[in-house]
Amino acid sequence: MSSQDIPEENLPAEQDAHGAVSVADEQNPFADPGLPPHEHRVQDIDERAAKRSERVVAFLFTVSMLATVGFIASYVGIPHNKAIFVFPIGHINALNFALGLTLGTALFTIGAGAVHWARTLMSDVEIADERHAIEAPPEVKAKVLADFKQGAKESALGRRKLIRNTMFGALALFPLSGVMLLRDLGPLPGTKLRHTLWSKGKLLVNMNTNLPLRPSDVAVGSLTFAKPEGLEETDEEFQTEIAKSALMIVRLQPENIKDKRELEWAHEGIVAFSKICTHVGCPISLYEQQTHHVLCPCHQSTFDLSDGARVIFGPAGHALPQLRIGVSDEGYLEALGDFEEPVGPAFWERG
Amino acid sequence: MSTNETNERRDKAPAGERVADWADGRLGIYSLAKSNMRKIFPDHWSFMLGEVCLYSFIIIILTGVYLTLFFHPSMNEVTYHGSYVPLQGQLMSEAFNSTMHISFDVRGGLLIRQIHHWAALIFLAAMFVHMMRVFFTGAFRKPREVNWLFGFLLFVLGMFTGFTGYSLPDDLLSGTGVRFMEGAVLSVPIVGTYLSFFLFGGEFPGGDFVARFYSIHILLLPGIMLGLVVGHLILVFYHKHTQFAGPGKTNNNVVGMPLLPVYMAKAGGFFFLVFGVIAAVAAIASINPIWAMGPYRPDMVSTGAQPDWYMGFSEGLIRVMPGWEINFWGHTLVLGVFIPLVIFPLVLVAIAVYPFIESWVTGDKSEHHILDRPRNVPTRTAFGAAWISWYFVLLVGGGNDIWATHFHLSINSITWFVRVGFFVVPVLVFLATKRVCLGLQRRDKDKVLHGRESGIIKRLPHGEFVEIHEPLSQDALHTLTAHEQYVPAAIGATVDENGVERKVKGTEKLRAKLSEAYYGEESQIAKPTVEEYKEITSGHGHH
Repeated sequence: MSSQDIPEENLPAEQDAHGAVSVADEQNPFADPGLPPHEHRVQDIDERAAKRSERVVAFLFTVSMLATVGFIASYVGIPHNKAIFVFPIGHINALNFALGLTLGTALFTIGAGAVHWARTLMSDVEIADERHAIEAPPEVKAKVLADFKQGAKESALGRRKLIRNTMFGALALFPLSGVMLLRDLGPLPGTKLRHTLWSKGKLLVNMNTNLPLRPSDVAVGSLTFAKPEGLEETDEEFQTEIAKSALMIVRLQPENIKDKRELEWAHEGIVAFSKICTHVGCPISLYEQQTHHVLCPCHQSTFDLSDGARVIFGPAGHALPQLRIGVSDEGYLEALGDFEEPVGPAFWERG
Repeated sequence: MSTNETNERRDKAPAGERVADWADGRLGIYSLAKSNMRKIFPDHWSFMLGEVCLYSFIIIILTGVYLTLFFHPSMNEVTYHGSYVPLQGQLMSEAFNSTMHISFDVRGGLLIRQIHHWAALIFLAAMFVHMMRVFFTGAFRKPREVNWLFGFLLFVLGMFTGFTGYSLPDDLLSGTGVRFMEGAVLSVPIVGTYLSFFLFGGEFPGGDFVARFYSIHILLLPGIMLGLVVGHLILVFYHKHTQFAGPGKTNNNVVGMPLLPVYMAKAGGFFFLVFGVIAAVAAIASINPIWAMGPYRPDMVSTGAQPDWYMGFSEGLIRVMPGWEINFWGHTLVLGVFIPLVIFPLVLVAIAVYPFIESWVTGDKSEHHILDRPRNVPTRTAFGAAWISWYFVLLVGGGNDIWATHFHLSINSITWFVRVGFFVVPVLVFLATKRVCLGLQRRDKDKVLHGRESGIIKRLPHGEFVEIHEPLSQDALHTLTAHEQYVPAAIGATVDENGVERKVKGTEKLRAKLSEAYYGEESQIAKPTVEEYKEITSGHGHH
């Protein structure tokens, strides 16, 4: 649209006719002076400027077309596993980079063209529209209320109470079927959260080597992760079981263990604690050798492994459960039972 | 008009008109177009924020549909044989496997995934900023309260759609997030374990949650959101857009440019601008590189685990809460997790219910279409700023490990800062913002009465230097004095005409107190009056 096409009534000369005042009102200097007169843009006056704008818009649209061609060419031409180095981003996938930039350019230039067109060539004369109250006029309201009364009366809902009450009863009851249908979303919790795969005689298997652990494998200052014997990655229930039975093993000097029970449940200073944080269940994985503190990287709960794994900082509510361990006849570390308390986050039935 | 004539005219009409006639005869489009085709929209940069929300939402839907063509919402374990070498031979869920397939073996799949995820972050960020724009300018006032709630619901649903979405690939990071959610659900008194078992189909993680999150993420929540978006837009059209005060702009009109052609081109073009920028960002900046994190294992975790930004404030709540647990009668009340779980919605509700509190305090029943400048409503602005500071304190708490490692700070002191800041920072921000607003109001008043500082220094004959102030135009005078000022609502007479004492209700007292806090002398600067202006401008030698 060029300036020639602007309807006459939108031009400022016409606008002035209905009341744009620019002189100060003597009576009330704060009074609304009305819409200011329209100021012409260069494109409104100079056809050459308008032509320039037209060319800019056409150029942008052309760039968009070229970018789309570039997108198709990249899709066909660039192997999907080729990496390139782009400063300063680093090594990135060439296809993703080319497709994204061409698509981005194709879209952006359409937008830029349209906006430039609107800003320079379409009319920028401000127009005022009247507003109308949202609420209905009183006579409409009166009519609606009367209609409703009439309808309600004809339904006899108010008079025939028996119909009304039984209908409310029926409507209130039937959603219960929907609630019932949700019952089989899952089994009831029962005591499932209290038990793990650990039991008397289960060997502690090193998570990395998949071999049973001997006391000599656990050096002072090391952190070892273990799982119960017989649990394999390929098992169907592996994820659910490991979420409860994952174990964290460290060796302390027995004289450094401050908690009496911890020392009793340990073997030659080797202690086994649940790896699952008692806060909201993240696996704890940061171990500070010198202090025997472990830190959960999710929410920074910190436990002191030399003092019954009690909480020394952070949002966790109670100590990490300890697994009682000993040594089997063959000299491997083994569990002497399941955890005495539920592992992982606390819950209502935990007690 | 005879049938023949009608037919003749119809044949002569251009094709477009004939199609429109056809549609009008069935859908009544002419009446619809009459009121909407040249609908006026006012211009202000801040009105674009809502458009960013709408467009990123559309982009998310478009790219999301594409992703469903390749994504397998299943937790069956498979061995990876795709083209990313480091993970070959590893066990992973089909969800993770198919996401790897999209990222490495579908040409352009990675791009669409990254556009989808970036657009989601931008969608939430744009909604947040758009909400703040509406809040600080008072655009939520009558008749737009319902639309405010629609928008608020979109923000909350957007958060959960985002959460269920980034959990779908079943990678190590998102799995950790799901575990956190499970831990939070477990903390609910009495029914926590049941909720968790129903949600996960048994113990965590089980084999169901990806499929369940999938239908929630692609169908349930977006379906509701689409309905809300349509409702939101219908109401925007129906109410007509708000505008800032200015010459020619009143509460009874809307001044701007017509939908056809200007806003059609500007808004339509803006969609392409937003899409183009997001596509370019997705080309340059990697997001959620699941191959670097690996598949989820409940016994593994990486450091620096962070949710997407919009979940950060809930993360902050959970991180800084002391680990309170109460054991009694064989039960555990996990306050350390449950309190954050309760505060989480309350943080959001605090801002959602604000419009209703304000309208109760003002008792104003009239429609408002002229936007407030934030400085002219100091208490509201202060409340909004305090709320934002509250939100950001929690964001800092959610990223306490990142803050600690990047700025070499103690994580303990950051946590304590957040614990104290949660209560103190909003109060300080409230007081400071109110002061700033009052200062700005004073400056406006000064400008109206004494004119604009011109920067020209004049030396008077006796040696004094004065700065010349230039009087404002009537446009500016009007704009700076157009806002309404409320007077505090007083408690009415407590003794009626017969001398009988009336009991003043508690709510009435509270309202009067709040009203005083909002509109008392301490809380707003009386705007200049015409008399003051005349007195000063008629005098001589003012400076």
